[in-house]
Amino acid sequence: MFESLSLLSLQEYWWLIVSLLGALLVFLMFVQGGQTLIYSLGKTEEERTLLVNLLGRKWELTFTTLVTFGGAFFASFPLFYSTSFGGAYWVWMAILIAFVIQAVSYEYRKKPGNFLGQKTFEIFLVLNGLLGTLLLGTAVATFFTGSAFSVNKMNLLDLTSGNMPIISEWKGPAHGLEAALNPINLSLGLAVFFLARVLAILYFMNRVNHAVIMERLKKQLLHNAVPFLVFFLVFAGWLLFSNGFAVDPKTGIVSMEPYKYLHNLLALPVVAILFVLGVAAVLLGIIRSAFCFEKCHTKGIWLSGTGTVLTVWSLLLLAGYNHTAYYPSTYDLQSSLTIENSSSSHYTLTAMSYVSLLVPFVLAYIWYVWRAMDKKKISTEELKSESHVY
Amino acid sequence: MNHIDFSLVDWSRAQFALTACYHWLFVPLTLGLSFIIAFMETIYVKTGNEEWKRLTKFWMTVFGINFAIGIATGLILEFEFGTNWSNYSWFVGDIFGAPLAIEGIMAFFLETTFIAVMFFGWNKVGKKFHLLSTWLVAIGSNLSALWILVANGWMQLPGGMKFNPDTARNEMVNFWQVLFSPVAINKFLHTVSSGYVLASLFVIGVSAWFLLKKRDMIYAKRSIIVAASFGLLASVFIMLTGDGSARAVAHHQPMKFAAMENLYVGQQNAPLAAFGILKADPSAPGHKKMDFRYLVEIPDVLSYMAFLNPNAYVPGIYDLVHGNPAHGIPSYNERIAKGLTAINSLAAYKRARLAGKDSLAAASLTTFEANYSNFGYGYYANRDVHELIPSIATSFYSFRIMVFLGLHFFALLLVVLILTVKNKIETKKIILYTALWTIPLAYIASMLGWIVAEVGRQPWVIQDILPTIAAVSQLKASSVQLTFWVFALFFTALLIAEIGIMLKQINKGFNA
Ligand code: HDD
Ligand code: HEM
Ligand code: HEM
Repeated sequence: MFESLSLLSLQEYWWLIVSLLGALLVFLMFVQGGQTLIYSLGKTEEERTLLVNLLGRKWELTFTTLVTFGGAFFASFPLFYSTSFGGAYWVWMAILIAFVIQAVSYEYRKKPGNFLGQKTFEIFLVLNGLLGTLLLGTAVATFFTGSAFSVNKMNLLDLTSGNMPIISEWKGPAHGLEAALNPINLSLGLAVFFLARVLAILYFMNRVNHAVIMERLKKQLLHNAVPFLVFFLVFAGWLLFSNGFAVDPKTGIVSMEPYKYLHNLLALPVVAILFVLGVAAVLLGIIRSAFCFEKCHTKGIWLSGTGTVLTVWSLLLLAGYNHTAYYPSTYDLQSSLTIENSSSSHYTLTAMSYVSLLVPFVLAYIWYVWRAMDKKKISTEELKSESHVY
Repeated sequence: MNHIDFSLVDWSRAQFALTACYHWLFVPLTLGLSFIIAFMETIYVKTGNEEWKRLTKFWMTVFGINFAIGIATGLILEFEFGTNWSNYSWFVGDIFGAPLAIEGIMAFFLETTFIAVMFFGWNKVGKKFHLLSTWLVAIGSNLSALWILVANGWMQLPGGMKFNPDTARNEMVNFWQVLFSPVAINKFLHTVSSGYVLASLFVIGVSAWFLLKKRDMIYAKRSIIVAASFGLLASVFIMLTGDGSARAVAHHQPMKFAAMENLYVGQQNAPLAAFGILKADPSAPGHKKMDFRYLVEIPDVLSYMAFLNPNAYVPGIYDLVHGNPAHGIPSYNERIAKGLTAINSLAAYKRARLAGKDSLAAASLTTFEANYSNFGYGYYANRDVHELIPSIATSFYSFRIMVFLGLHFFALLLVVLILTVKNKIETKKIILYTALWTIPLAYIASMLGWIVAEVGRQPWVIQDILPTIAAVSQLKASSVQLTFWVFALFFTALLIAEIGIMLKQINKGFNA
C-alpha cells in the first residue's frame, strides 16, 4: 500500500503526522497552563489539591505525546533531530529539565517522607508550566524565523586533523538561547503560554464541582484570553506579511520569497480552511464560555481544544508544505532543512507508515478511557473517598 | 573547521552513562512489578477476596512511586541522542529512529492511558475492565523494553541496512532483520527476565522485612508466594538467555568477549576463568594488559560455551589487535587502513560526482563498498590502536559478579519458595535477612549487566562502523560538563526523595 507512494508523498504524509502530533501536544499543554494557575485559582490547601488532582489525571498524556512527537520526528526527519537538538542545546535542555521535574511532582507532592517538601514540588509544577509552554512556543517559532547553523554531510569524511568533524554546526555561543531574544519568537512563546492557561481554565470549567473556584475561573478566563489574542495576532500578522524560505523544487536551492507564508496559505486551500476554522473555534469556545456561561461553560474545552489542534496543525503544515524550508538557516540558506532533504529513506518511511495505522486505534482507546474516567465532575468531598490522591 | 576535542567525547559519554544508569535504577522494577501486580489482581478477581485487593493496592502504590521517576529519567535519554550524539542521529537515524517512534506509539501510550485506569479507576470502571487495564500496563511497559532493546541490539550487531553514499548515512533495507537480530532477541529476553527477577527479589525482601517485624504476616507470605514462583521461573530464564547472550557476544563482538574473560592470547580448548583476580602488567604497550594474580580455571569450558565445541578456537585480545593470520583474523592496523580507504574513497566518490566524472565515481564507490565493513576503524588512523580495547578489569569483574549473583538469586528463590509452601518461612531468620539484603544485590547485578554490555563494546557506538569520537554533537566540553552536573544533582535529589517516600509508604503496611 505505502510502498507504491513516491518518496515525496511519504515525506508529505510524515510531515502531516508529525504536525498533527505537535498540534495535539499544544492542546494537551492545558496541563502546563493549569499548573501555572494553581496558586491564583486555589487559595486553600484543599482547593489546590483538587486542581492538582484534576490535572494529575491527564499529565501523562501530555508527556507521552511529547515523547512520541520526539520519536516520530526522529524516525521521519532525522536531520532535524541531529541539527536542532544538538545545536539549540540550551533551549532543549531547559525544556527537558522542565519536564523532568514535572514527572515526579504529582506523585511525590503530598507523600510523606519526601525530603524536598510539598512546596518544592508545587514550584516544580509552576516552573514546568511556565518554561514548557514558553520555550516550546519559542522553539516552534524558529520554524518560521530561522536559526543560525550550517549542515555539511561531507564533514564526516574530513580527517585532516586528529579530531572528528561534525555534520551540523550551530553558530554563536548561545546554542539556542538567542532565539528568545527575537520578539517574533517570543510573541509565539507567550501566545502558547496564555493559550495553555485559557485551555486549562476551560478544562477546569468542564471538570470541577466547586462554586468558589468556578467564580475565579470565570474571572480568569478573559484575563488570559486577551493577552493570548494580542500575542497571537502579532505573530500571525507578522507571518502573513513576512518573507519566507522558499525552495526551488527543481534544484533544491533555498531563497527568500516575499509573502511566502501568505502564498502558501493561498496555494493550499485545505490548510487555509483548517486555519480559519481552527481560529474561529478557539475564539468561539472562549466567547461562549465567557458570555453564555450558564449554558455553555462545560463545552468550551472541546471547541477551543479542537480549534487549537486545527490551528497549530495548519501552521505547521504551512511551514513544511509547498516547497518551504521548515527549519531555515539564517546563516547559510542552503543549509536549511526541508522535508525533502532531511527525511528518512523511502523504505523507513514506508515501514513507519504501516506503524502509523495504529494511531487511530491509540486515539480511540485514549478517547474511550477519557470518557470512562471523566463521567462525573469532581469536588473536594469526592476526592476524599479516592484511594489514590496526588 | 569544526573539530571536536576529546574531553567533549568523555563528558558526553559520562552524561549518557549517568542518565542511562539512573533510568535503569527504576526500569527493572517497573518491568517486573507490573506483572506481579497483574497476577495479584487476577487472583482477586477470580476469588473475590478483598485481602488480595488490598495486597494489589499496596504494591500498586509502590509501583507508582517508582514509575514516576522512571518516566522522568527516560525522557532525557530519548532526546540525548539528538542533543549529545547528533552525528550519530544522522548517521544511523534512518534505522534507529524507527524503534523509538514505534515505542512511543505502541507502548508508551498503552502504559500511560491504562495506568490512569489502574490508579483511579477502582470506583469508576468494572472489575474486569480494571483488570484488563492492569495487564495492559504490564504489557505496555514490556513492549517499550522490546523496542528500545531492539535499538540497542542493533547497535551491537548492525544489520538490515546499507550505506547510501549520496545521503552519507546508513539506510534500512530490512526491518525484520533489525527486529529479529539474534542479539536483539537475547537482549530483550535477558533484560526483561532480569527485571522480573529484580522485582521478585524486591517483593520478597520487603515481605521478609514484614515477617521479621511480625507485621502483616498473611499479606507478606502471600506476596512471597506470588513473587517467588514468578522469580524462580524468571531466574532459570535469565541463565538460559544469559548463556545465549554470551554466545552472541562471542560470535559478534569478539573483543568484548575476550575482555569479559581477560583472554589475552587466543587458544583452542580455552578454559573458563571461573574465579580470578587481576593485576595490571605495566610492561605491556598501552598499559591495558592484565595478568591473573589468582585464577581458578575449568578446562575447555570457554570454547564449549562460546562455540559449542570444546576444541574451538577463541581469539584473545592480542590476536584481535595484532592479527592472527592462521585463524584469519586481520590486525587492527589492517582494519584501520581499510577504514581509511573507505573514508577516502567515499570522499573521492563525492568529488567525482560533483565534477561529473561518472566512471571515477563508480570506481571509488566500488572501493568504498569493499571496505565499508571497517569504516569506523578509519577514524583511528594516526591514533594508538590500544584505544580500541575496552576496560578489561571492568568487563571481567562485572561479568563475574553478575553471574555469581544470578546463581545466588536462583538458590535463594528456590529455598524461599519451598519454605513458604511448607509454611516455615517466618521461623527462618537467616533466610529472611538474606532476602532483605538481596534487594540491593539485585540492583547491583542488573546494573553490572549493562556495564558488561556497554563498557565492553567501547569505543563503538555502532560496532565497527561508528566510534564514539565520531558520534558527538558540536558543543563545548564545558557545556556538557555543566548539564552533567545538573543531571547528577537533580537525579540524586529525586532519588533521595523517592527512597524516602518509598520507605515511608512501605512502613505504613498493607492495611493503611
Ligand atoms: C528494558 C527496559 C528499558 C530500557 C533499556 C530503557 N527503557 Fe526507557 N522505559 C522503560 C523501559 C526501558 C519502561 C519500563 O517502559 C519505562 C520506565 C518507567 C516507565 O514509565 O516506562 C520507561 C520510560 C521511558 C520514557 C518515558 C515514557 C513515558 O512518557 O511514558 C522514555 C522517553 C524512555 N523510557 C526512553 C528510553 C531511552 C531513550 C532508552 C535508552 C537509551 C531507554 N528508555 C532505556
Ligand atoms: C537500551 C537502550 C540503550 C541504548 C540505545 C544505549 C546506547 C548507548 C549509547 C549511544 C552510549 C554512548 C556511547 C558511549 O558513551 O560510549 C551508551 C553508553 C553507555 N550506556 Fe548505554 N544504552 C542503552 C541503555 C543503557 C542502560 C539501561 C544502561 C545502564 C544502566 C546503559 C549503560 C551505559 C553505560 C555505562 C555507557 C557508557 C559506557 C562508556 O562510555 O564507557 N546503557 N549507551
Ligand atoms: C546467571 C547467569 C548470567 C549470565 C550467563 C549472564 C550473561 C550476560 C551476558 C553475556 C551479558 C552481555 C550481553 C551483551 O553484551 O550483549 C549480559 C547482560 C546483562 N545481564 Fe546478565 N547474565 C546472567 C545473570 C544476570 C542477572 C542475575 C541479572 C540481573 C538481575 C542480569 C542482568 C543483565 C542485564 C540487565 C544485562 C544488559 C542487557 C543485555 O545486554 O542483555 N544478568 N548478561
